[in-house]
Amino acid sequence: MRLIGRIGSWFDARLQLGKPLRETAEHAVPRDSASWFYVFGSAALTTFGLQLVTGILLSTVYVPSAGEAWNSLQVLNHDIALGWFIRALHGWGSNFMVTIVLIHMVQVFLFGAYKYPRELTWMLGVMLLLVTLGMAFTGQVLRFDQDAYWGLGIGASIASRVPFVGPWLVNLLLGGPIIAGATLSRFFALHVFLIPGLLIGFVCVHVLLVLTLGVNEWPVPGRIVRRATYLREYHQLTDTKGVPFVPFAVWKDILFSGFVLLSIAACAAFFGPYGPGGPPDPTIIQTAPRPDFYFLWIYAVLAFLPPAAETPLLLTAPVVGIALLLLLPFFAGEGEKSWKRRPIAVFIVLLAAVTLGSFTQLGLHTPWSPVMDAWSSMPIPREYLHGRTALQRRGAIVFQEKQCRNCHSLDGQGGKRGPALDQVAVRLNRDQLVRQVIQGGGNMPAYGKNLSPAEATAVVAFLHTLHPEGQAPARDAAQDVALGADQARTPLR
Amino acid sequence: MTPETVVSRRGMLVKIGMFFNLIVGGILAVPIVRYLMSPVARGRTGGYLDWLSLGGLDQFPAGQTRLATYRNPIRNGWDGETDDIPCWVRNIDGQKFQVFAINCAHLGCPVRWFPQSNLFMCPCHGGVYYQDGSHASGPPPRGLFQYTYKVEDGKLHIKAGETPTTGSPTASLTDRGPSCG
Repeated sequence: MRLIGRIGSWFDARLQLGKPLRETAEHAVPRDSASWFYVFGSAALTTFGLQLVTGILLSTVYVPSAGEAWNSLQVLNHDIALGWFIRALHGWGSNFMVTIVLIHMVQVFLFGAYKYPRELTWMLGVMLLLVTLGMAFTGQVLRFDQDAYWGLGIGASIASRVPFVGPWLVNLLLGGPIIAGATLSRFFALHVFLIPGLLIGFVCVHVLLVLTLGVNEWPVPGRIVRRATYLREYHQLTDTKGVPFVPFAVWKDILFSGFVLLSIAACAAFFGPYGPGGPPDPTIIQTAPRPDFYFLWIYAVLAFLPPAAETPLLLTAPVVGIALLLLLPFFAGEGEKSWKRRPIAVFIVLLAAVTLGSFTQLGLHTPWSPVMDAWSSMPIPREYLHGRTALQRRGAIVFQEKQCRNCHSLDGQGGKRGPALDQVAVRLNRDQLVRQVIQGGGNMPAYGKNLSPAEATAVVAFLHTLHPEGQAPARDAAQDVALGADQARTPLR
Repeated sequence: MTPETVVSRRGMLVKIGMFFNLIVGGILAVPIVRYLMSPVARGRTGGYLDWLSLGGLDQFPAGQTRLATYRNPIRNGWDGETDDIPCWVRNIDGQKFQVFAINCAHLGCPVRWFPQSNLFMCPCHGGVYYQDGSHASGPPPRGLFQYTYKVEDGKLHIKAGETPTTGSPTASLTDRGPSCG
């Protein structure tokens, strides 16, 4: 024991780090801030540490070459002892890191910690969120599978829309004219060198600022932040009610970090690694590319934006969003910190959570996408064929064969792009059905050129039978009068 | 001279040293930027496009649309399968063709051809195109990208080499209608 002490003294006599480290560890934090709400920052740092270690471990096997990356992931998954587990730790670690960074941000926002004098800490935090998301996206590319390949295509398509320099940006992003070896190499450089370098730099200054300016005090309603008086009040608080960070606050950080690490390990062991999916072969087009969880909401938004608004919004919304986040402390740098007195802040958080949550949910189910195999894999429900005429049954075959099912569901099965057709005859009369099928409209392609008159007649006859028992199909009352009710109602039946 | 305007010898040397490094940095920046921009400099002078064969005309029966594959002209040895680029070839009447890029005009996902309904459908956001590549429904802002083609020695050739994207359909790609090289 004495030997260790002597070795320690030998080093400290030269490094001179013992005193500043001790002072840092024992710096006073407001007693109320030694709270379970204040553990997310350290937990984010812990997950980053895990990502660093597992990332280095993966890099000992991974080959950043478009021709070999996918194979090397297979080797990691199947041939190397516990390679799958290290991949799973890295993948789940990234999920946890993004989540914890977001929770940390929400907590800081709701507790008013971004206000004077911690503006720069907040701005660096925003940058840390961006580089974390940058790590998530580039990491998804390194898992060089079908999703990564076509995801890069989506990225290139978005980049191409930048006015004037779009085409150049695409080449710069891809490292050439197409997604290929050069693309993966540069994303490897981004994921392994550039972005982690930025991340480490930002983290150092972020943590330094936390130590220099002190941990945010627990917000109390009515305790107003004013530039003139805040620093004095804060030091009064730490002088009178302060406790040393170690051990009063740090034990919660340590326990929570341990809990997070254990959760990541449990998820990794239980759910295993992410992919890789199909090989990155562009000629295999039987694929429905989807981004990882954190970008699903963007993927969903892109399905709903009207074409005219898409490019302007794609190019301006992120810039405006990031600018608003960065500038937040400058237009709300003083005043109330407590969320109990900041209803707009609470509303913004709720709105953002509900919006992101809803779009993510939609991104999981992609109701806007045709179900490519619905026409060949999902039978017409038997009750829709029972007791039907030959023409109507013929119409059911046309309905199936012309892939109507890819976008329209029957009995809950099929695409959700268009409306479900189980009761379509109640909504549209025969003429309207004919018009809709032949001319399309309302986001439906026109089938006029793709259906022979006989096929169109048959499919309309089938659609006309789709109404609930005891509820008559829609009909044109004016036509009834003009032609006589019997004639108008009976043809084709 | 007031004390503020006095320039000491060492102060001057520090400034000269910094200025010197600034110039050296500027000189070094030129090759670094040139190196980073090489994919741009090369592509935008037309080097990314080339005439490529899609194979004999007998692979593309009249009135049908078939998937064809070509090997990208700009490639590296370590590209693996990513150099094999698919495209849709429509033989309109045995004389005229349309060659469509595989990439949806919305965000570049691979569109699939359904001969039964004569539609191209995109799995990502539900873009749909008619058999002539024109926009039928969904979010795409335009029709499918088309390659310029020519028929030579009984083989179909297209001018290709760069992934078309909404903001930068390459020079050889037209908006709609059959095109001849």
